[in-house]
Amino acid sequence: MKIQALLLSLLTGLTLAGEIPADMARVEGGEYVPMFGEISKPRKVETFLIDRRPVTNAEFLAFVREHPKWQRSNVGKLFADQGYLSHWAGDLELGENAPPNAAVVRVSWFAVRAYLKNINKRLPREDEWEFAARADATQADASKDPVFLARILKWYGQPSPVRLPDVDTLLVDIHGVVGLHGNVWEWVVDFNNQMVTGAARSDSTLDRALFCAGGAVNATDAANYAAFMRYAFRSSLEGNYTTTNLGFRGARDAELTEPTP
Amino acid sequence: MPTNVMKRTLLPLLLTTLVLPQIARAQSTITAPSTPSAEAEDVPLKGEEVAILTDAPNVPPPITRKHPTNVKVEIEVTEVVKRMADGVDYTFWTFGGSVPGKFIRVRQNDVVDFTLKNHPTSKMPHNIDLHAVTGPGGGAKATFTAPGHQTNFSFKALNPGLFIYHCATAPVGMHIANGMYGLILVEPKEGMAKVDKEFYVVQGDFYTTGKYGEAGLQGFNMEKAIAENPDYVVFNGAVGSLTGEKALKASVGETVRLFVGNGGPNLVSSFHVIGEIFDRVYQEGGSRYNENVQTTLVPAGGSTICEFKLDTKGDFILVDHSIFRAFNKGALGILNADGEGDLLVFSGQKKDEVYLPEGGAIQTIPSNTKAAPPAANKEERILAGLNVYGRNCAACHMPTGTGVPGAFPPLVKSDYLNADVDRSIGAVLHGLQGEVTVNGNKFNSIMPTLGLNDEDVANVLTYVYSVWDNSGVEVKPEQVAKVRAAKK
Repeated sequence: MKIQALLLSLLTGLTLAGEIPADMARVEGGEYVPMFGEISKPRKVETFLIDRRPVTNAEFLAFVREHPKWQRSNVGKLFADQGYLSHWAGDLELGENAPPNAAVVRVSWFAVRAYLKNINKRLPREDEWEFAARADATQADASKDPVFLARILKWYGQPSPVRLPDVDTLLVDIHGVVGLHGNVWEWVVDFNNQMVTGAARSDSTLDRALFCAGGAVNATDAANYAAFMRYAFRSSLEGNYTTTNLGFRGARDAELTEPTP
Repeated sequence: MPTNVMKRTLLPLLLTTLVLPQIARAQSTITAPSTPSAEAEDVPLKGEEVAILTDAPNVPPPITRKHPTNVKVEIEVTEVVKRMADGVDYTFWTFGGSVPGKFIRVRQNDVVDFTLKNHPTSKMPHNIDLHAVTGPGGGAKATFTAPGHQTNFSFKALNPGLFIYHCATAPVGMHIANGMYGLILVEPKEGMAKVDKEFYVVQGDFYTTGKYGEAGLQGFNMEKAIAENPDYVVFNGAVGSLTGEKALKASVGETVRLFVGNGGPNLVSSFHVIGEIFDRVYQEGGSRYNENVQTTLVPAGGSTICEFKLDTKGDFILVDHSIFRAFNKGALGILNADGEGDLLVFSGQKKDEVYLPEGGAIQTIPSNTKAAPPAANKEERILAGLNVYGRNCAACHMPTGTGVPGAFPPLVKSDYLNADVDRSIGAVLHGLQGEVTVNGNKFNSIMPTLGLNDEDVANVLTYVYSVWDNSGVEVKPEQVAKVRAAKK
């Protein structure tokens, strides 16, 4: 495994442990209690790297140009639904509703995995994403800060704009990461292992063994509506779904440059 | 393992010999004719149709068919910015573009083919829990729909009644608080009595970042929602959605049926129509009715059906009789009845007179006493005027004529008074309403009509003009009579 990683990194010219690519930020690992879980069982998150910005239309356009099978008219229905990149003007043309430097949306889980694999990255795990997304401009963990929560909630309560803003105009957090909140939803690799079912009210009584994440089904902080909404949103998705406000960014293990699924 | 095997081999035998006859017997008792209508036999399912859906306050037409059918219902969920009050906007989450959601009308035993579409621009996944559904989640799990997707399920409308539907996606409270509710009516197979007008009204409470009336686009305030302390309590999704030009309209002699729902999320409504008594109330939207009801409770996540005949004309005001909600938070609507008013049912105001428990001009003088003789000169007039002043004027203008700043104009050295004697006579004769400027200060209140005779008016004005540095003119009864005549 180690040798493989070493070879891979040499081949791709990518970094070894400790060196951080300029487009990524290092998030120190730690323990946290997810929205759904038992307080007695905090989850451990290893140190990881995460993209500073969500992937943009221009970047995704470059990818589909190189990989025609991920172009709008070529993609298989199993891998992306009808909405896939439908806000673009054409297969290889962005048009006015897809500014080059705005986050790419209407991309399926399968498509973004292919994109990231191609650049030796992976999607963040839900735990990693949630762990990083606790940060605001001054604190690594603002998850108990009512001002922070209210701001996120306000964004969740507003409809999506037709044209998304330039990613460089988004708010920067303490890790140097922009737009985890207030821009678009983002794919995580394990989006569908959580515990919000369609009928949200029954979640607290469901047999926990039903769920592969193996955690508890009770929300640890019932007042954290913002987190509720993220989990609810993710649980409504399938791998080939695309929506007008769902984009993505890459991640990587800190100590290993090899992408892990 | 051995027991399983045994079960498997025994089961068919059991089924054929024992269980089947028992099931048959059980069924025959369930369908006995004496059981309630919900279980009585119905004619077979036949045909299919697309449901007519309406926005409040409109209701789809009554169902005339005498058989159940397959009904297609399609509702699109959208997240839209709309008016909550004048100058106040809110991002509503809607079943069909407005609050409350589309009114759905089906017949008992209809099989409803339900499609929920979530508009691509939605930020949230949504679903629907129809209280008319018998089944887990009321359809919530079956309709859990990501933005830009649609889901479908079907159900049989077993029970008649008026039911709320709402979104049940986490966080449920917020989805409901943003307006995700509406009504589905399942007509009993016997149908419903014909009425002239039907209306759709749903109450809801809203929690905004700013206070009631604070202008701009307001966000949802979670703390207020958890504390159950709403800024707005409204009918049909906005302050004034049933007033002014949007008032409900009917005519005298017509029968009216209100389909009333309460989306909540928190408050129970004390639904009342000011000036009307409900002839019949189907409490909680069920099958039995109560008669002659003034105010009826509508539970959050529940409904009621109110029926009444309009016996007289005018504005009838729909309120939540937890009354501060009506006058301070918006829970107020109007039903306007036009046509001929029945004066026997309601006369309207016959009189409005000043009531002074200790005398005053409206008192009639007992016939065994004589009216005071007319004043013979200015001195007598001033003296008589002092008494008239004391009885009729001093309460507001004060015994010393100073008035009350901001409320009642002064009579001391009054420019208003001295500028125009006839105008002053008119004020005493007919009262005064609206803004006046006296000695540089604005006043805007009402002076009532006093009902004084010409002699009294002349006396009191002569008194007022002769004191407090006023012009000193004498007002004669003849001059008063002239002003009185001019008005007629």
